Amino acid sequence: MLQRSVLLLISIFLIGCASNIPKQALQLSSESLQHRQIQTRYFDTDEKTLLAASAAVLQDIGFNIDESETPLGVIVGSKKRSAVNVGQVIGAIFVAALTGVPTPTDKDQLIRASLVTYPTHIDDVDKTKCRSAARITFQRIVTNTQGMISRQECIIDQKIYQEFFYKLSQSLFLEAHQI
Amino acid sequence: MKKSSAVIFVLFLILALVSCAPSTGMVMDSAESQVKLRNIQSRAFDTSDKEKTLRTVIATLQDLGFIIDKADLDLGMVSGTKLNFYAMRMTVSVRPRGDAQMIVRANAQYQLKAVEDPEPYQAFFNSLSKAMFLAAQNVD
Repeated sequence: MLQRSVLLLISIFLIGCASNIPKQALQLSSESLQHRQIQTRYFDTDEKTLLAASAAVLQDIGFNIDESETPLGVIVGSKKRSAVNVGQVIGAIFVAALTGVPTPTDKDQLIRASLVTYPTHIDDVDKTKCRSAARITFQRIVTNTQGMISRQECIIDQKIYQEFFYKLSQSLFLEAHQI
Repeated sequence: MKKSSAVIFVLFLILALVSCAPSTGMVMDSAESQVKLRNIQSRAFDTSDKEKTLRTVIATLQDLGFIIDKADLDLGMVSGTKLNFYAMRMTVSVRPRGDAQMIVRANAQYQLKAVEDPEPYQAFFNSLSKAMFLAAQNVD
């Protein structure tokens, strides 16, 4: 009995503190190339112009810029929005009606965007021959009605990225024509 | 006998729970030796291009699923967050050593704990050195 309880305690001791980092946490996954392709586009322009156009698109879609470092081509922005999902709320009401216990539902979300540009071809004489790439990543942290984090995830939805890059090419066009 | 073992069990349980959290001790987080930690977290690369090194660090972090939170060329610092079951934060610093080398140092936290295992850092520097087209050398 004593031996068993000591063993149990040792295991609690080892597990209880904090979970250790999974070994593959910093290894490239098989999807990383695919994600890179979804999140990256190349543009026939210099890096500075691309960065300025990207900042404008982030503003277009309601992000506030938190951080920027032009020499490295980094812009970070975020916005807070509602995360209420009607289906989830209806489900929660049903559960509450059946069990009498209120279940928390998603309430709001912090959406973060981080955009990095880099030059792939630099031409000091003719700007129009420059080529640069932009890679954007979106993340969101959802909090529920009890104020707890219910979900935190990286957003990998091809449609969202396509829409962003469509807007970015529009923005480049608008800036080039100073509209 | 049964009763006393139950008491010991409870006492140990309390001890196990309490010993985990001397919360102010976390400010200095000094369980590992400084030298050992720096060894695990640092590598030298044969390049003098700080900007290129930082840009490659950013690209590698993005490939690993991090989103970049902050970057500073003058200080040579990049920080990123990785979510999706991870809740991981990492800061990477780049500083020159002599004229021909850059020292890249990474430190990460996973959930509520500092990452002190050598393996995740090894994996990170492996990916970084592939992207740099340079070998990652141990720093003495």
